[in-house]
Amino acid sequence: MSSIPAALFPRRAAFFGGVYSNSHALEEAIRDARRRGAEALFCLGDLGGFGPHPGRVPAILREHRVTVVQGNYEDSVGHDRPDCQCGYTDPRDNRFAQIAYDYTLLNTPASCKSWYRSLVRTLRIEMGGRRLLLCHGSPRRQNEFLWRSTSPVPFLERLLRDYEADVILCTHTGLHWGRTLPSGGQVINVGALGRPANDGRTNVWYALLSVGAADEAAGPAPLAVEFVPVAYDHERLAREMRREMLPEEFVETILTGWWTTCLEVLPAREREAGRF
Amino acid sequence: MNGPQEAGRSCDAWPKVEMTGLDTVWFYVAGTLCNLRCTHCFISCSPDNRSHGMMTLQEMHPYLDEAERLGVREYYLTGGEPFLNREILPILEATLRQGPATVLTNGLFLDQLTCRKLRAIADASDYSLDIRVSLDGWGPEDHDRIRGSGTFHRAVNGIRALAEHRFLPIVTVTEAAEGVGGIDGRTRFLELLLSVGLSRPRIKILPLWRIGAEAGRARGYESWERLSSDATTPEGLAALQCSSGRAVTTRGVYVCPILIDEPGARLGARLEETLRPFGLSYGACHTCYVSGVTCRT
Repeated sequence: MSSIPAALFPRRAAFFGGVYSNSHALEEAIRDARRRGAEALFCLGDLGGFGPHPGRVPAILREHRVTVVQGNYEDSVGHDRPDCQCGYTDPRDNRFAQIAYDYTLLNTPASCKSWYRSLVRTLRIEMGGRRLLLCHGSPRRQNEFLWRSTSPVPFLERLLRDYEADVILCTHTGLHWGRTLPSGGQVINVGALGRPANDGRTNVWYALLSVGAADEAAGPAPLAVEFVPVAYDHERLAREMRREMLPEEFVETILTGWWTTCLEVLPAREREAGRF
Repeated sequence: MNGPQEAGRSCDAWPKVEMTGLDTVWFYVAGTLCNLRCTHCFISCSPDNRSHGMMTLQEMHPYLDEAERLGVREYYLTGGEPFLNREILPILEATLRQGPATVLTNGLFLDQLTCRKLRAIADASDYSLDIRVSLDGWGPEDHDRIRGSGTFHRAVNGIRALAEHRFLPIVTVTEAAEGVGGIDGRTRFLELLLSVGLSRPRIKILPLWRIGAEAGRARGYESWERLSSDATTPEGLAALQCSSGRAVTTRGVYVCPILIDEPGARLGARLEETLRPFGLSYGACHTCYVSGVTCRT
């Protein structure tokens, strides 16, 4: 056990979802998580796309020793694939996704690409005696969307059973949510740092998990989950996106908090909650 | 010519799709009964087609219990026309207690009262409710030719009623509407939906399966429209809905919602006993594989 880094058994850890090249939000989230006592930082993939200058985010993650799980974006960019493999089905969504991907692929340094290829698709850690499985979309598919309204309890219990985990952490949808299941298992979508949560607010979100003091005496218990809003200089990001001539639709999302693209994959419940 | 016998190969020769885990269950809540007699219907639903019966809530309970045990992710209620089933609202409530649901309808029964009840049911659930309404063209001249006189305006009224109750219906259109599969056709369709009051139109385009009434309207499958093992890939097979879904009717559990008129596609009486590989021997399997379509939302 002593050879396993302490970061694999943290008592408090921060989990970041899709960063989408939003380096300013990432820096702010790292500062915030450290301030809140996070002993370990994890990122669940999709480092690029949507935002500007895709070389910045990998540098920040490495500088701050954030452990990264590979997302579909890293798989695609790392292997120079023709598209992002996000899993959209609508022509308009795919058009905007392709613009973001082409820009990201073109501007990602070669050194990042080799790092992307080396990233693991899933990672297991322990917190308070509970087995955590970290993945991008779902444990079974890198680009599976786990939305709150279409991830029912029996299905999530099945995932936990099939993958022998007490807690699954994922991202990919861009919307944060968590469920504690009747079995005591937990599934947590940590949200995204890259763009707001389609709620008309400009902040982004990450998840902070903590082992409670009483948990150890009582045996493994559900971890405390806090979704943390992160305010950052979104206007600066918008200016940079415009300078890079990224679509105005992307900039609008950053400035208003409402999604304007990649909407057709949203289930009815999540779509109804947005503006577009 | 849809089935394997006509094509002259033994069932062992077809590519097999593995069952990766049951994510999706389709309930034929109206069986093959429908208030319409669409000329392209792949199971020839009509007011007098009783080959699959109306499902009661009591008949559904064992399947819902089984689906819960198996960790099913999503449910679809279809037919025939689901709103012909007098128990459709309690059925929907019971389904939504367990997971997200989509109802597939021709829209003709979606009046204000029904939509108000649907809204209340949707709001009471933790899970998503999607309503899919079928339109088959840009106006009455196309749509009514396939679905019957006066049905376009009634379906559009149903769509409007849904929108007035904060639903974002998915409008399903088949390729019987000429040109709808292209960008121009799609754009035209979006414009139509905006014009009838859908501020955020959602569209799903489906191919035609050349079985049932459609085989008579256009044509059936040719003998070459079959899959072979050397022309399929593991990824392509894994993407098929039969790798993760099953369809339930009053006559048992079928491999998918398309093949419920094929005796060879009935895999058992209970969901659990149907979770095994399936040989893709039908013309309809060719359509699913080649078009990459899924009936899922």
